[in-house]
Amino acid sequence: MQSIRNNVGVFLSFSGPTFIWLLLFFVVPLGIVWLYSFGENVSLTEIETTWTLDNYRRMLEPEILELMGRSVWLAFASTVICLLVGFPMALVIATASPNAKPWLLLLIMLPFWTNLLIRTYALLNILGTRGRLNDLLRWMYEKADAFLNTIGLGNYALLGDGFTPLKLLGTQTGVIYGIVYVSLPFAILPIYSSLERMDKSLLEASMDLGASQWQTAKNVLIPLAMPGVITAAIITFIPALGQFLTPDLLGRGQVDMIANVIERQFKRANDWPFGSAISLTLLYVTFMILAIRSFNDAARAKRAGRR
Amino acid sequence: MPFFGKDKKAGPFDYSRKWSLRTVFALGAVFLYAPIVVLVIFSFNNSRRGGNIIWKGFTTKYYEKAFGNEELMLAFANSLTIAIASTIISVFLGALTAIVLWRFRFPLKPAYEGLVSLPIVIPEICMGVSLAMFFSKMGMMQTGDSVWPFNLTNIIIAHITFSFPFAAMVIRTRLQSFNREMEEAAKDLGANEFQVFKDILLPHMKPGLIAGALLAFTLSLDDFVITFFTSGPNTVTFPVKIYSMVRFSVTPEINAASTILIILTLFLTFIALRYQRMDSTS
Repeated sequence: MQSIRNNVGVFLSFSGPTFIWLLLFFVVPLGIVWLYSFGENVSLTEIETTWTLDNYRRMLEPEILELMGRSVWLAFASTVICLLVGFPMALVIATASPNAKPWLLLLIMLPFWTNLLIRTYALLNILGTRGRLNDLLRWMYEKADAFLNTIGLGNYALLGDGFTPLKLLGTQTGVIYGIVYVSLPFAILPIYSSLERMDKSLLEASMDLGASQWQTAKNVLIPLAMPGVITAAIITFIPALGQFLTPDLLGRGQVDMIANVIERQFKRANDWPFGSAISLTLLYVTFMILAIRSFNDAARAKRAGRR
Repeated sequence: MPFFGKDKKAGPFDYSRKWSLRTVFALGAVFLYAPIVVLVIFSFNNSRRGGNIIWKGFTTKYYEKAFGNEELMLAFANSLTIAIASTIISVFLGALTAIVLWRFRFPLKPAYEGLVSLPIVIPEICMGVSLAMFFSKMGMMQTGDSVWPFNLTNIIIAHITFSFPFAAMVIRTRLQSFNREMEEAAKDLGANEFQVFKDILLPHMKPGLIAGALLAFTLSLDDFVITFFTSGPNTVTFPVKIYSMVRFSVTPEINAASTILIILTLFLTFIALRYQRMDSTS
């Protein structure tokens, strides 16, 4: 690590281009959003910044509050499912043989590299009323029904009158399915890397001291993997909250999330100031989550230092 | 299962050998792959309407149709052009950023680091919206009417902005394994600052630069949301075109087009992996 004192020229020529780029194409655009969020439409194409708070006040309308609540709930539910499914999957990869590990990781990463739109589009075929998931459920229903008939319980209609396909497109379940589908690899990788770094002898020590397999998992394995789980939760939750494609394609306009309403302000409603205010609110929520996380990390580091 | 090896006795922490966990993993893999596999299968479905519901026999005519669809092919060419242009600049900016953060101590460094990583963490939709407003305020939304490939400038700028921080991250990781003594030795032998950079540092960075480039390329090819906001009505990329096709109606042609993109991605991944393996053995 060098001090810049002796190399001001080198430092400026290396940091300059990036700094200017970010200023011009990142900071200034966000600044415009910020200014517009206090603005009003004066004509069809013109927006004037009048420092009105109306756009933020409109965020308190019941419709928008409901939308926010729904988005947070959908993102939260998807995150929880991702963690519950991702943890055992990460555990399998972390403890697999050295030969198998890169292949298992590749298996998880490949879908992640496939285009997000294509993956979401692919779900349309799976989740439709006449889609593949319902085909599978129908098949299972028929097998179960046949089984009940053979053991002589066929006349009690234990499984209902007949197979009713699940309605997934245009429902919250379908959207959660979609978000879990696109974010599962995000959730697995950080958990995997924290499990991978873990000192395995701690697990053995726990067993030697008489803890059962389950106690060891609960009191040693999971707490040690916690930093990875938290990272996984954050990098699943933040993009999930801002998801546009999943609710758009799988929600069919019935299950809108924040991003869909933002998009409508820009493309159809032509209400940029309100769209800006919603975007910034989403941005502030993101910052809040990250801030809590870094305070938490600092506190953890301090505790560790004291020990 | 030769993958996991049966030769040794499974210890209590060989979680990968527990059947319960293996089942969860296998189901997870099916969950991740089934939609893609079904999509590819149905791209060969010989059915005109509602192509995704009932299998009606094998055909490759939808590939011919996709390849013959001029708008789709133009969108594909646009996507590749954007990806190539944004990758080159992203790797350049990413390398500069990585070197600055790795090499120098300077005031407000944490703030600079934070600023560079912001495009990674902020929601896509916010970035799309802000760039759309910026371009329209600068009068750059009309670039859609200028000559190809200059009509893609907006999208290229947007793609660079979100992908170079990723490239910087990858390159910086690579730099951390650089042995500073090499640099000192070169200087002792009379090399100047530029020669050290060109002959010592750059060759060491090469795998990082390639990994960063592949990441930037994939990110650019993959992006829908930000492109959707920053593209004018006349500049369409592959994902944006597919999106408008999906909104219109679901046809096997979309499956065929998607399959083409999936194969391209697989191919790129394959190259990346091969390159990494070559790098680790040398």
